[in-house]
Amino acid sequence: MRHLTLPLKKEERKTLKAGESVLLSGTIYTARDCAHRRIFEALDADMVPPFALEDAFIYYAGPCPAPAGRASGSVGPTTSARMNSFAPRLLSLGLGGMIGKGEMSEEVRLAIKKFGAVYFAAIGGAGALYASCVQSCELVAYPDLLAEAVYRLEVKEFPAVVAIDAQGNTIYRR
Amino acid sequence: MRTLSVEKIGDAVYRLARSANFSLTDSCRAALEKAAKCEEGAARFALECALENEKIAKCGLPVCQDTGAACVLLTVGREVFLEGDLYRAIDDGVRRAYEKDLRKSICDPLTRKNTGDNTPAFVHLEQGAGDRVEICFLPKGFGSENMSKIFMLTPAEGRAGIIGAIVEAVREAGSRPCPPVFVGVGIGGTFDSCAYLAKKALTREVGSKNPRADVSSIEEEALEKINALGIGPQGFGGNITALGVACEVAPTHIAGLPVAVNMQCHCVRCAREIL
Repeated sequence: MRHLTLPLKKEERKTLKAGESVLLSGTIYTARDCAHRRIFEALDADMVPPFALEDAFIYYAGPCPAPAGRASGSVGPTTSARMNSFAPRLLSLGLGGMIGKGEMSEEVRLAIKKFGAVYFAAIGGAGALYASCVQSCELVAYPDLLAEAVYRLEVKEFPAVVAIDAQGNTIYRR
Repeated sequence: MRTLSVEKIGDAVYRLARSANFSLTDSCRAALEKAAKCEEGAARFALECALENEKIAKCGLPVCQDTGAACVLLTVGREVFLEGDLYRAIDDGVRRAYEKDLRKSICDPLTRKNTGDNTPAFVHLEQGAGDRVEICFLPKGFGSENMSKIFMLTPAEGRAGIIGAIVEAVREAGSRPCPPVFVGVGIGGTFDSCAYLAKKALTREVGSKNPRADVSSIEEEALEKINALGIGPQGFGGNITALGVACEVAPTHIAGLPVAVNMQCHCVRCAREIL
């Protein structure tokens, strides 16, 4: 299985093929519905987002609290389609891609193709498995959102499947 | 008449919420193992990850980070008197169970402010025979809940209409509810009670049959048609889009045929206890 290190530059993103299973290591940022709304409020007010978007990867996830002795609680992906309206703008600002579960809209697929990004599908329902891949978890922004806050995760060998590649090919049938 | 303190029910809710969130039901695990043998490539990889995940979960991590809306289905025997504030006791049990390592996922629908303790629980009460109380705890994830649907069919649409509605709901949900799904279906009743029947169907074992032959034949045919959709595990394409279909029926009005479809992801977590 192919090992990738995040953040991932465009040249490397372009070598990925939809349907390929990969193991991801490196830095990812969690953000789901409410965090996206806050990031957009910041962008609309010409403020910097809570992390540099260039080549970065957003993980659509909201972890469980970490049990004693662990970096993170269970942290599987949430349904990506809820973030369809947010993804194209972030991709246009240089975001390397997203990690989530399930199909995304045609608009997102076209933005991924246009900006040479990639969408990885993590395995929904495998929260404990993903927790075991997290080496550190640090709060970045919006602590009042609890599980929905933005966290920086350092992950090791996080299993995923290339779901939409930089050429716009998709693993999903429709 | 037996008297039972609601504190005992709250304690049972605590125990059930803890056990339900850390393992799959035996019937769900068996169905996933069987499904993995029917798939290859990314679809098989997804199912193997799900099975590996549960082994890791047993070391003290919730199976899924979406530890759910706390759905509590109670059947209270008519010869038992419940002493105390039942709803408060159930919420206390939920609060204690979710306090440390389970995600708090309940918020105001408009302000989106989190209640901070995963309460309130969503409680359904039924009366039963004898002096026992049966408590079923279903931590309901919302990726799948969001894909649920209700159809108010006409009586003329009948059996074919029911199967069509179930298959359409799963087709439209696609990859989003974490397939292979377990499909709970309510047939009959009113708009609201039909949705409850669908939820109650999800507390059945995966692969179980409704005792009515005409109902179990709907379960069987709907499952076959769903698996012919080809959505597959996680939407990666494959032969297994649903692990099972469970239908519950109730009498309805002569003018209607309500059908509710409540979707459950492949992490079926459900625990019960009898007091």
